[in-house]
Amino acid sequence: MEIYALLGFVLILSIYLGLELISKVPSTLHTPLMSGANAISGIALVGALVLSTDSNLQSAIAFLAVLFASINVFGGYLVTNRMLKMFKKK
Amino acid sequence: MSIFEDITAIQNIIYIVASILFISGIKMLGKEDTAVKGNFLSAFAMFIAVLATIIFIVDPVILLGGILLGAIIGSTIALKVKMTSIPEMVALFNGFGGLATFLIAWSEYNSIPDNYFQYLLVMVTIYIGGVTFTGSLIAYGKLSEKLKVAKTSIVTKIFTTIFYGSILFLIFSILLPFMPAIGFNFFTVLLAITLLGGIGFVLPIGGGDMPVVISLLNSFSGIAAAFAGLLLLNNVLIVAGSLVGASGLILTVIMAKAMNRSINNILFVGYASASKGSSSEEQGEVSPINVADAFLILESASSVLIIPGYGMAVAQAQHVVRELGELLEENGTEVKYGIHPVAGRMPGHMNVLLAEANVPYDVLAEPDDVNPIMDSVDVAVVIGANDVVNPSATEEPGSPIYGMPIIEVHNAKTVFVLKRSMSSGFAGVQNPLFFKQNTRMLFGDAKESIGGLVSEFKD
Repeated sequence: MEIYALLGFVLILSIYLGLELISKVPSTLHTPLMSGANAISGIALVGALVLSTDSNLQSAIAFLAVLFASINVFGGYLVTNRMLKMFKKK
Repeated sequence: MSIFEDITAIQNIIYIVASILFISGIKMLGKEDTAVKGNFLSAFAMFIAVLATIIFIVDPVILLGGILLGAIIGSTIALKVKMTSIPEMVALFNGFGGLATFLIAWSEYNSIPDNYFQYLLVMVTIYIGGVTFTGSLIAYGKLSEKLKVAKTSIVTKIFTTIFYGSILFLIFSILLPFMPAIGFNFFTVLLAITLLGGIGFVLPIGGGDMPVVISLLNSFSGIAAAFAGLLLLNNVLIVAGSLVGASGLILTVIMAKAMNRSINNILFVGYASASKGSSSEEQGEVSPINVADAFLILESASSVLIIPGYGMAVAQAQHVVRELGELLEENGTEVKYGIHPVAGRMPGHMNVLLAEANVPYDVLAEPDDVNPIMDSVDVAVVIGANDVVNPSATEEPGSPIYGMPIIEVHNAKTVFVLKRSMSSGFAGVQNPLFFKQNTRMLFGDAKESIGGLVSEFKD
């Protein structure tokens, strides 16, 4: 159980760090921040890649998890980049 | 030390580097000057984290195939989609992230959890991931206007009931190991009711409240990823997921504050029906205006404030609006845009639309910046916005939207309201702005009206 206490600590600390880092965001960046954060949530891909594939069902689940997480990652970063490129100063 | 242990150590070092890059990336994403770099940095972090994971990959052919296929699908959608469809695309991608965590937790359940804590994590991750998935799909349907279900319809009520049922079933599933054995496969039921519950979570929430829901679902997908990280004992998943959870939470709070409503009220109550107070009955008459007269007033104005709303998005009027703004500036008029945080259907919706039309972001002002100088504004042009400029929010304590911070256009010298008809806004509240002495209504399609003004300027 010690490992969970440690990882739980990492979890709480990261949430606190996130709240501190992004507390003041100009409204111009609300959508890009959301979309960029959304792309980061595609980190589930790392989890999907280590799933077991020892039965047909498990293989199918792992494949689908990798597929959808990848769509999230690639789609998310590209859309965010496209959006940010539009923002120009005068 | 064996080679195996060496590789694990290297992998963990790369995960730590990736976590630091994610943290810097999301920090830079919150500032205009560094946002593009921040996005690149976080993409690079993702790249090295995935690369470090592939070393241990169990079944390279299937899983690398999955990445390749996902890359093709994701990139195609991202590059082909029109910028005006961004809100629903973000919702869709978000849903896919949720689905991935849902599947991860499912797979871990099949691998049989070692202890109760793992079992608990599996249940919670399945629930959050599943609700994020179907909830985002419903948000996608609503934002793209493919899905139209009334809040009062029987379908909505059935799904809302299933949503509450799904919460109870989750609690039941969590407590199951402490109860005597049951005779049915509860896990399959949990998978199904979670997905249906997600539908019921978003279905009753109205269009104008979408910015809050989208931010919240965004937060959920991060939290689900962080829980999946706990489940798989993977620190980069925990760090990255938590950052997303936090940023989504911040946006949710900003949106709820901009509406002066609690998150609970938005999700589970919705707007009360329009107030039947006496003051909202005595409205008087509206003063319409035509394009030619509006042009004359604008031509002699020295400062103009444009307030766009969802109506501008619907009419796709952002390009003609930009053109009008440029013509006004050539004419010596100072032009600014007043952007309310919840105008539109997602956080920052108006900013994205105007950026797409090449309006520079430094002429976009927030309510706090424009309200104090409102009485020096000659003409405030309201384009398809309603609730965010409704003076009831400051003047009428009985109104459902009382207390909501608005852009106080009624204090400007003249107000033009571009609107299709006299229908009320999303909140269902009549808008006294339309009946004020200094307000002129320019009825019709926003794109056509603005286009008319543009051609008057060009003649």
